[in-house]
Amino acid sequence: MSGSGRLAAYGPILAVAAALAMVPLLTGSNTVLNAMVTALLIGLAGQGWNILGGYGGQFSFGHAAFFGTGAYATAILQARYGVNAWAAFAAAVALGSLAGLVIGFLSFRSGLRGSYFALVTLAFAEVFRIIANATPITGAAAGTLIRLDVRPENFQFASRAVFYWIVLALVVAVLILTRMIERNRFGAWLVAIRENEDAARALGVDTLAVKLQAIGLSAAITAAAGAFYAQYFLFVDSSIAYGTWISVEALLVPIIGGLGTVFGPLVGALALHGLAEVTRLVAGRIPGIDLALYGTLLVLVVAFAPQGFQGLVRRLGAGLGMARR
Amino acid sequence: MFAPEIVLAAVLNGLMTGAVYALVSVALTLVYGVLHIINFAHGATLTAAMFAAYFAHRAGVDPLLAAAPLALVFYGLGYGVQRFIIGPASHGEDRNILLVTLGLSIIIENLLLAAFRSDTRSIDVPYGFSTLDLGFVFLPLPRVIAFAVTCVVALLLWALLTRTDTGKAIRAVAREKLGAALVGIDVTHIYAVTFGIGAACLAIAACLLLPSYYVNPRVGNAYVLVAFTVVVLGGMGSVPGAMLGGLLIGVVESLSGLYFGESLGQLGIFLIFILVLLVKPTGLFGARA
Amino acid sequence: MSAPLLAVEPLLAVEAATKRFGGLTAVDAASLTVERGSITGLIGPNGAGKTTLFTLISGFERPSAGRILFEGADIAGLPPHERARRGIARTFQIVQPFAGLTVRENIAVGAHLRLRDRDAALAEAERVAALVGLAERLDAPASGLTVAGRKRLELARALATRPVLLLLDEVLAGLNPSEVRDIVPVVRAIRDGGVTILMVEHVMQAVMSLCDTVHVLAQGRIIAAGPPAVVTANPIVIEAYLGHGAAKRLARGGVHG
Repeated sequence: MSGSGRLAAYGPILAVAAALAMVPLLTGSNTVLNAMVTALLIGLAGQGWNILGGYGGQFSFGHAAFFGTGAYATAILQARYGVNAWAAFAAAVALGSLAGLVIGFLSFRSGLRGSYFALVTLAFAEVFRIIANATPITGAAAGTLIRLDVRPENFQFASRAVFYWIVLALVVAVLILTRMIERNRFGAWLVAIRENEDAARALGVDTLAVKLQAIGLSAAITAAAGAFYAQYFLFVDSSIAYGTWISVEALLVPIIGGLGTVFGPLVGALALHGLAEVTRLVAGRIPGIDLALYGTLLVLVVAFAPQGFQGLVRRLGAGLGMARR
Repeated sequence: MFAPEIVLAAVLNGLMTGAVYALVSVALTLVYGVLHIINFAHGATLTAAMFAAYFAHRAGVDPLLAAAPLALVFYGLGYGVQRFIIGPASHGEDRNILLVTLGLSIIIENLLLAAFRSDTRSIDVPYGFSTLDLGFVFLPLPRVIAFAVTCVVALLLWALLTRTDTGKAIRAVAREKLGAALVGIDVTHIYAVTFGIGAACLAIAACLLLPSYYVNPRVGNAYVLVAFTVVVLGGMGSVPGAMLGGLLIGVVESLSGLYFGESLGQLGIFLIFILVLLVKPTGLFGARA
Repeated sequence: MSAPLLAVEPLLAVEAATKRFGGLTAVDAASLTVERGSITGLIGPNGAGKTTLFTLISGFERPSAGRILFEGADIAGLPPHERARRGIARTFQIVQPFAGLTVRENIAVGAHLRLRDRDAALAEAERVAALVGLAERLDAPASGLTVAGRKRLELARALATRPVLLLLDEVLAGLNPSEVRDIVPVVRAIRDGGVTILMVEHVMQAVMSLCDTVHVLAQGRIIAAGPPAVVTANPIVIEAYLGHGAAKRLARGGVHG
């Protein structure tokens, strides 16, 4: 079973990776590449959220706390301390993970679940934003710039395609990681906690430890998205780093694409940003319209398609008599 | 350090600010106590109400006069949103309710942003700069009025909840939904009524705030985080807790502003909020966990 | 059949356990022992504190006073997941399936306590499912099971953790007589497989046929202990269930349950 099982499990991921890798070869348009990079990095942030929220059932409304920490960490390390861009990236991911562990420890140790957990994560993100907007080390309200110096060792490239392939590689790595989690004990425990935490405890699951691992991993992934953002746009300020926009998008994309699934966040991100592009063409650049649309989508998806796009497809497929898995 | 009159003035100012916090918080806690949901759309509703009051003023209606009609309008809106959007969309699941109210807050806030841009606006009323002279301190008249109106609203709410049939039904549903349904109470309707009352309270609060405050698409959030802190502090679902908590927070904020400076204000409130959530989420007045 | 080995300590010893919730004393200095290899019953009228006692033993609540010894060691401070690792598994009175997962995946969560490997856990789930009669429903969603099916699932999940002591909290509640008749041999087979069982139960026919020893809890206190036939004839026990003077009235009326 193992051999063919593994092919069935990872095959689709590799196929998707190959298909997406072709995009820069098919188009030279910077607009398209830019949109795709943005979509993928939001997808990455969503993949992080999905581990904690989709698989673990703990809905965070403040994932900006991790995205922003990743973004600021890499920017500040480079701008103020001259740290190498790649090393800074790694450090940013570690710091983001640490932020997750701290927030997770405080929240889960106090037994916060459901709405209370959502509230406290929201509050933490806001606290980070207020502090970042005020302290000198982040540049306060002016933000932090990474100096433009286009060289590979600085994690800066002349060609957008290279950025695209890097973020794609990150996304694919997390796709594989997520699939691995689905197939191992950690994943089984995480999902058990989502379904019924007390029953899981009675079956020997150390729920605090598992939730902490989940949030640590979740935060690391979202921090990576933030660090990549900083590297791509070369500018970070408190509302970019810790603003509600990223907390919302990080949770929206898995919900739209399918909570607790491997491809959910990616599907959701591509759909959402495709939609955003269309809206921009139709409605022009009115600030707020895209988020208002996202909010509407959120309500609609929750109301009519709680399993997201993939759930819709699955239900249609089941209706046509196709196999469940 | 500070002369007693100054401290007393700060306390009084804090009480007046606190009164509006209390009103906003009572609306939030009422919804939680009855529907057992944390309404993430609370802030956006307040913002929308403030915009409504602003435009009413532009049309020539003083905010205080606009309060009653706006309360009715927002009651209707709140009733409708709960009955026809939140209720059906969430299929009864807590997680979904979180998401739906979050979605609504995003929609409202960003539609306001799209329509009115992020400029800050404020209004002038004839009594805007009048003060009440108490000898040792001048109290801004609009805020004294706000305090007085809040007290009246609190009394009306108390009367509604204890003396009317609807109020009793609301309290029944809050305590025991299944039992209330078995006795023939229309729970869906009561949910919507409660939500509507919450929205109406926000409309009144908006009209009270407008003369001394500003309005932009983000303004509701600032107030609402305070409301969340108050509600968690005073006990989720406890109306007296929200009233007293609001006044308390108002005084604390005023005194901290006096002793520590203005910039720390918002941060302090968030930190208290997090602290209370971590230590005693059921609040000082303990209600439901 | 229930004779314990000489000079071996009981598997579980509850010593004067007390649990107070504010002003209410739910369990009052209750003591009982469970012998290894037995099926022991815990019975009593509603509200006697049986489930509370269970939560003390399984670790979901801490006793206000008294000790709980498992295999000779005091387990008072251990959280539920630690107790599960030591070999105490429990089922819940109100069944708690992992609704979004299949039967197989449900049971595998229990198996993962002892097995790291996913495939091994899934295989173990299949083996345990057969023991409780759920082999046919392995790939069905847990949410689609009948009440009887869910009870079997609770049993299977707990069994998959390879417990030494299995706490069954009214596992027969809500089942009709034929469903009860079907599950009783499953419970007996579990004991025969080497698992000690402590069961809270209201269904008397099952208690009589399954239990070697029975403890009676009334108003938080243990009022009787012994073989089921002896205990249920005890006038104190009859009075606890039927009220003051009931034993005499029954004796006079010459009618016995």
